Amino acid sequence: MAEAATHQEFDPLATGGTRRRITSKGIVYGALGLFALIYLAPLMIILLNTLRPLDDIVRTGFIALPEAETMSLKYWAEAWGTFCIGGTCEGVSRFYKNSLMMTIPATVLSTMFGLLNGYILSKWRFRYDGVIFGLITLGVFMPQQMTLLPWAFVLGKLGLSNSIAGLVFVHTIQGISFTTLFCRNYFVSIPDDLIKAARIDGAGFWRIFRRIILPLSPPIVIVTVIWQFTGIWNEFLFGTVFTSGANQPITSAIVAFSGSGTGERHYNVEAAAVIMAAIPPLIIYVLGGKYFVRGLTQGAVK
Amino acid sequence: MSSLTIKDLRKSYGPVEVLTDINLEAESGEFIALVGPSGCGKSTLLSIIAGLESVTSGEVRIEERVVNNDAPKDRDIAMVFQSYALYPTMTVRENMTFGMECRNVPKPEQKETVERVADLLQIGPLLDRKPSQLSGGQRQRVAMGRALVRDPKLFLFDEPLSNLDAKLRIEMRSEIKKLHQRVGKTTVYVTHDQVEAMTLASRIAVMFKGVLQQYDTPKEIYERPRNKFVAGFMGSPTMNFLDAKVVADGDGLGLTIDGGDGGVLPLPTEKAAGVKPGQAVIFGVRPEHFNPVHAHRGDPTARLKVLVDMVEPTGSETILMSSVAGQSVVASVEPDDAPREGEAVELAINMAKICLFDPATELRIS
Ligand SMILES: Nc1ncnc2c1ncn2[C@@H]1O[C@H](COP(=O)(O)OP(=O)(O)OP(=O)(O)O)[C@@H](O)[C@H]1O
Ligand SMILES: [Mg+2]
Repeated sequence: MAEAATHQEFDPLATGGTRRRITSKGIVYGALGLFALIYLAPLMIILLNTLRPLDDIVRTGFIALPEAETMSLKYWAEAWGTFCIGGTCEGVSRFYKNSLMMTIPATVLSTMFGLLNGYILSKWRFRYDGVIFGLITLGVFMPQQMTLLPWAFVLGKLGLSNSIAGLVFVHTIQGISFTTLFCRNYFVSIPDDLIKAARIDGAGFWRIFRRIILPLSPPIVIVTVIWQFTGIWNEFLFGTVFTSGANQPITSAIVAFSGSGTGERHYNVEAAAVIMAAIPPLIIYVLGGKYFVRGLTQGAVK
Repeated sequence: MSSLTIKDLRKSYGPVEVLTDINLEAESGEFIALVGPSGCGKSTLLSIIAGLESVTSGEVRIEERVVNNDAPKDRDIAMVFQSYALYPTMTVRENMTFGMECRNVPKPEQKETVERVADLLQIGPLLDRKPSQLSGGQRQRVAMGRALVRDPKLFLFDEPLSNLDAKLRIEMRSEIKKLHQRVGKTTVYVTHDQVEAMTLASRIAVMFKGVLQQYDTPKEIYERPRNKFVAGFMGSPTMNFLDAKVVADGDGLGLTIDGGDGGVLPLPTEKAAGVKPGQAVIFGVRPEHFNPVHAHRGDPTARLKVLVDMVEPTGSETILMSSVAGQSVVASVEPDDAPREGEAVELAINMAKICLFDPATELRIS
């Protein structure tokens, strides 16, 4: 970017004699490579197990390479569409759909409310706005278990128990703490003069939001979307407690089928299901990851 | 007809009063400058006129209509901010049309207006750029353009030139002046630069600690400041203030500098009115009213012997940092007449231009 020409990265490994340079590089790459290996090993093992037939896994254990003649992708298909969970043989596809039906609306709604809250709390100051902001963000630090009972009560009263709509509701409200915190802290760096100028120009609350604030928001929207999407998708406590059977999101369903049943464990199918469940947050992160850090560290207006 | 009237205005933030009893009015087409040191309440006053801040008590009228409770958009004003406040995600054109869009001005008329103003300010080629692609001076022009597209009753400027470098600032200053002569709108212009105020304004309001010190024409403010603060604030280098005593001098009165050699500076009759022998006064002389005696300007009978501590040539004039009896005296003289550092020289004082202040109240006596 623009700074690149005037700014030379400090490269500590480029100093000293040739031998020192080689050894220090070796140590750095070796150590980091080792950590990466440790961190990525479980993923590798699970991935390999999705390709192996069950008897092979049982015979040689988890940690082994698939054999060329027996390896197959059919366990993926089975996990997706035909595997029997709780007496229904439809695989994880329907839970996958549940998860999408839960995560997408909850992400969109909590992000929208967060943008609006952040806009109000940073640009339309009122008496005790600081207190209200503090109360909203208290939710960030509240342990999830503590909210289980109150939520169960509320969902029951609203008639949303054991429904995806109920989970959307819970995740939206819970998520507002985070999104409000992010958006408000981002918006305070937008100069107040912009708002004043817009007010003199004759723009009202919503027009300023739409024409001035929102166009400046993409970096923070990316942050909240990644945060909310991965958080809600991966969450399983609420899913497990508030839904059951066909209404569960995929995380809870996987816990249910891998923990249940007296029959033999289908490790290969389970492994495929687990990886499938991990894909959407991964996609989101790969697509938006580089904007994530930027959005968190950069102000709204350079 | 007066187009802006401010009556007994007060503003407090909680227990802190930041504006006290402000009274101001501006004739239609006038250019008013609000000056004062940082934190004196200039921006607050401007925001109140704009409707961005509420008043605690008092009245703001625009063209005889009380606007205390009107929203900014209903006051028919345009404002240029110190930070320019250009909408960063909009092009220059969109920045200029945003206000018209809010007021539902038809598209063809918007286009016409933008073109007219772009012509006036010579920003035509910039219309499709974003603010981040403009230089400081260009942003400044666009900010003015955004104000000019709306033909308001009142223009408000909050230190519009303070982010520009010295040369550009002087250029834009004369451009604003030309623009005002052309557009002829009532303008309130906040600045802490007294030169800007002197050159642009038809009247200057000098503020200090939330109190309006003096509201007058630039000439009056400069020559007949109401008090010591105004005298010291307007003019650069600042006016010298010397502790002195009034003494009898022949038929008339004169001054002796406290701790000096007892030499008497004769007071002209119009300056002697209002003081009596023995009275302690603060003797105010502007640097340019000193001259080396040999240069034969001013009243050669009023002479002050000073010790030159330092000489600062600026090119067009030379500033002498000197002292008399422990009180510092700054004089500006022709470069050719300048003495050398460490020299003791006699300076003639143009006594017709001096000011006398009451040491207790700091108000000007004569
Ligand atoms: N929201 C606020 N709450 C409390 N005090 C405030 C607030 N806004 C301004 N002030 C105080 O009011 C006084 C006047 O501020 P103002 O911004 O009008 O000064 P100014 O004359 O424009 O100064 P500058 O030349 O630095 O811009 C200052 O002392 C400031 O601290
Ligand atoms: Mg200010």
